Amino acid sequence: MKRTELLSRILVITGILIVLAAPIAARAIGAQGVIEVHGRIAESGGWTPSTIRVQAGMPIHLRLTSDDVMHGFAIGQSDTPAVDVLPGQVTEITLTFDKPGTYAYYCTRWCGPNHWRMRGIIEVTGEEPVSPQVTTPPLYLMLNLDIDAPHPASVTLDRIPDAQYGEQFSALLPAAYLTPDYYRSHSPAQIYLDLRADPALVSLAGSDIWDLVAYIWLSNTTPEGLAEGQRLFAQNCAACHGETGGGNGVFSANITALAGKTPANFSDPAITLGASPALLQGKILRGGMGTGMPSWGPLFTDQQTWDLVGFLYTFQFK
Amino acid sequence: MRSELTRFPLIKSLLKNRWPQMVVLFVMLAGFLFAILSGFIGTPVGNRNFGIIFVWIAWWAVLILVAVPLFGRGWCAVCPIPLPGEWLQRGAIMDPPMKKPRWFNLRWPNRLRNIWLQNLTFTLVALFSSVILTAPKVTAVVLAAMLFIAIGMSIIFERRTFCRYICPVGGFVGLYAQAAPLELRVKDRQICLACKDKPCYNGSAVGYGCPWDVFPGGLTKNTYCGLCMECLRTCPYDNIAINTRPFSADLSKPPIRMDEAFKAFIMLGAAMIYAGVFLGPWGTMKLAAYSVGSLAWFGYAAAFLAFIFGLLPALFLGAVGTGKALTKATTTLKKIFTAFATALVPLGLMFWVAFSMSFVLTNAAYILSSLSDPFGWGWNLFGTAAIPWQPYLTTLLLPLQTLTLIGGLLWTARTAQKVGSEVKVTPAPVILFSTLVTIFMLGLLL
Repeated sequence: MKRTELLSRILVITGILIVLAAPIAARAIGAQGVIEVHGRIAESGGWTPSTIRVQAGMPIHLRLTSDDVMHGFAIGQSDTPAVDVLPGQVTEITLTFDKPGTYAYYCTRWCGPNHWRMRGIIEVTGEEPVSPQVTTPPLYLMLNLDIDAPHPASVTLDRIPDAQYGEQFSALLPAAYLTPDYYRSHSPAQIYLDLRADPALVSLAGSDIWDLVAYIWLSNTTPEGLAEGQRLFAQNCAACHGETGGGNGVFSANITALAGKTPANFSDPAITLGASPALLQGKILRGGMGTGMPSWGPLFTDQQTWDLVGFLYTFQFK
Repeated sequence: MRSELTRFPLIKSLLKNRWPQMVVLFVMLAGFLFAILSGFIGTPVGNRNFGIIFVWIAWWAVLILVAVPLFGRGWCAVCPIPLPGEWLQRGAIMDPPMKKPRWFNLRWPNRLRNIWLQNLTFTLVALFSSVILTAPKVTAVVLAAMLFIAIGMSIIFERRTFCRYICPVGGFVGLYAQAAPLELRVKDRQICLACKDKPCYNGSAVGYGCPWDVFPGGLTKNTYCGLCMECLRTCPYDNIAINTRPFSADLSKPPIRMDEAFKAFIMLGAAMIYAGVFLGPWGTMKLAAYSVGSLAWFGYAAAFLAFIFGLLPALFLGAVGTGKALTKATTTLKKIFTAFATALVPLGLMFWVAFSMSFVLTNAAYILSSLSDPFGWGWNLFGTAAIPWQPYLTTLLLPLQTLTLIGGLLWTARTAQKVGSEVKVTPAPVILFSTLVTIFMLGLLL
C-alpha cells in the first residue's frame, strides 16, 4: 500500500468519525443538567416528556423546541410569563419551584384542533413531605350545582342592560344584593326575579331592573379583573367560543364534528343570563359538558377564574 | 468555437492529479453523511434542518442554476454517492487498481442499458417529492438508500452502474449536459483507433478504466461522460482534452433515443406540475400532493403520470405528426419524434432554472441559519442562527424567470429549426407546442 493510499484512508476514516461522532458528543455534553422538551400538536403526541420531575428549590433548565408548528409554554397557576416555542428553534428558560406539589404546563398558542390537550405535568418533590393543605372546595361544589343541567333563562331584553344606567337606581338597592356571595350564587335571571319581587324596587320598569342587575355585576368586578378576563378569554376560549363569544370560533366546526355539540354561545341571553357565576366557575374548572371542553382548574388561579367569569357577562352587559 | 482548457498547465495538472478532486470528494462525502445524520437525529422541522436546506436548497441551487447549465456533468465528478461503493469495488482509494476484480464484476444486462430505470427512479422521487423535500427523516432515508444501493451495485456489477443506470439525478443531468458549454473529448480520434491497450477504457497502472463504461475515443455527446477525469490520467498519448464550446453543441448530434426523449417529457412535465403544486395558490392540489397514501394523493399521482406520460407526449406526437404531414416526409414518425424531442432539452432545462429560482431565492436565508444550527438544537456555530427568514431579490425574480423562459423558448426554436432541416420536416408545429407549454409555465410562475 502506497503512502498516498494510507493517508487517504486515514483521512476518510477520521473524517467520517468526526462528522458522525462530533455532533452527538457535543450534544451529549451540552445536554448535561438540561431537560429538552419537544412540543408537537396533540394529535402527534403533545409534549415530550409529558412529566418532568424536579426537586423543590432546585432550578431546572428547560430547552423548549417545537417539532412542527408554533407552540407556547406556560406553567398553570403561576406568574411566570408564557414563552413561545418555535419550530426548529430553541427557547431556554430556567424555573425554580419553591413548594413541592404537582404543576401543570400547557401550550398557549392555538396550534391545532386539540391544542387544549397539549399539557404536561411537573412533579416537584421535597425532602419534607407535602404538608396537607386546607383548601376550600370551589363554590359550585359547595352549592351542589349540577353544572351539566340545562339552565335556560326565559328573558326578553328591550336593550342591552347598562350598569351605568343601573347605578342611578343603586340608592334603592338593598346592600345584600351587592355582596359577592349573592352575586356569585345567582344567575342574572334569578337576580332579576329577586329584584322584581323586592318591594323596594317596585317603582322601576323592567329595563331599569336589568340595568340594576348589570350594576350588581359591575360592582363585583374591577377594570383590571375584566381586562385579565378578556386576556384569558382571547388566549384560551376564543378559539372555540369565538372572539365575540358567539360560539363560532375557528375550531368550533371541529368541536361540532367530533362531539355533535357546538360551543356555548355567550351572546345568547338565554344561555349567559341563565348561568350564575358559580355555575360558570364549575364549567371552567371541570370542563366536559360533552363538547370536549378541557378542565381549566389546573391552569387558572382562583382569581383568574373569577376574572374570566366576570368577563363572560360583558357579552350581555355594558 | 472550441477552446481547450487542458492546454493550460495549471488546469491540466489540477485535473490530472488525484488529490484536488479527492479533497473535494472528501468534503462532499462528509457533507453528505452529515446531511443523512442531521435528517435522522436533527429537528424534524424541515426549514431548520441541515439535510433539507443543504440538499434541497443549497445543493439543488448549485446543481440546476450553475453546475448543469455551465458544467454539464460537472456535479457527477464530485458526487459522493458512488464513492464508498467504488472504493470497495477497487479495494483502494488512491492506489492503482488490482489485477483481478475483488467482487462479482458482472456486466449490466443489455436490455437495461438505457435510462428507462432512471426515468422510473426520478418519477418515483418526483411523486413523493412533497414529503421527501420537507421531512428530514425521509430525506435521510432516501439519501442513505441511494448510498447503500450504490454500494450494493458496485459489489455486484462492474464500474458505476448505479450512476449510469439507476441514479434519479444522473438521468436528467446527462440529458441537459448536452447543452453545456463544456466537454471532454479526444484530441485526435486516430490515435485512439491505433491505441492497442485502450487504458482509458480498460485501466492501467496509473488509473482506472472508465467508470462510466464509455470509450472516450467514441465520445460524440456529453450524455454519459461523468467527467471523472480518469481517462485524462490514463491516456498514454495525452490525447484527452477538456474543452469549452458553444452552448447546445451536442444537440446537433444524432438525436436522442426514446428513453431519453421520455426523460425530456418527465423533466418538462415535472417542472410544470411542481410550479403548480409548490408555487401555485391551489390548496387542494397542494394538500393532495402532501397526503401521501390518501385517496387524494392517488388522484394526484394518477394526474401526474397521465400528464407526463400521456398528455405531453401525445400533444408532442400530434405536433410532430402535423409537421410530417405538412412536409409529406418519408422518415418514420418515431425517428422524427425522437429527433424533435432533442429540441425539448433546452426548454426543460430553462423551465427548471426558472422554477428553481423561485424557491431558492425564497428559502436561501435558511442556508445561513441552518449552517450555524444544523440540527435545530439551538447551536450558533457561526453567529448566523438567528438570521431571520426573508426572500431575496423578489423584485428581480419575475423578470428573471420571464427572460429565462423566453430564452429557453428561443433556444428550443433554434434547435427545432436545426433538427427540422436535418430530418426534412417543418419545425413549426413543434415550435408552436413549445410556445404553448412556455406560456402555460409562465402563467404558473406568474
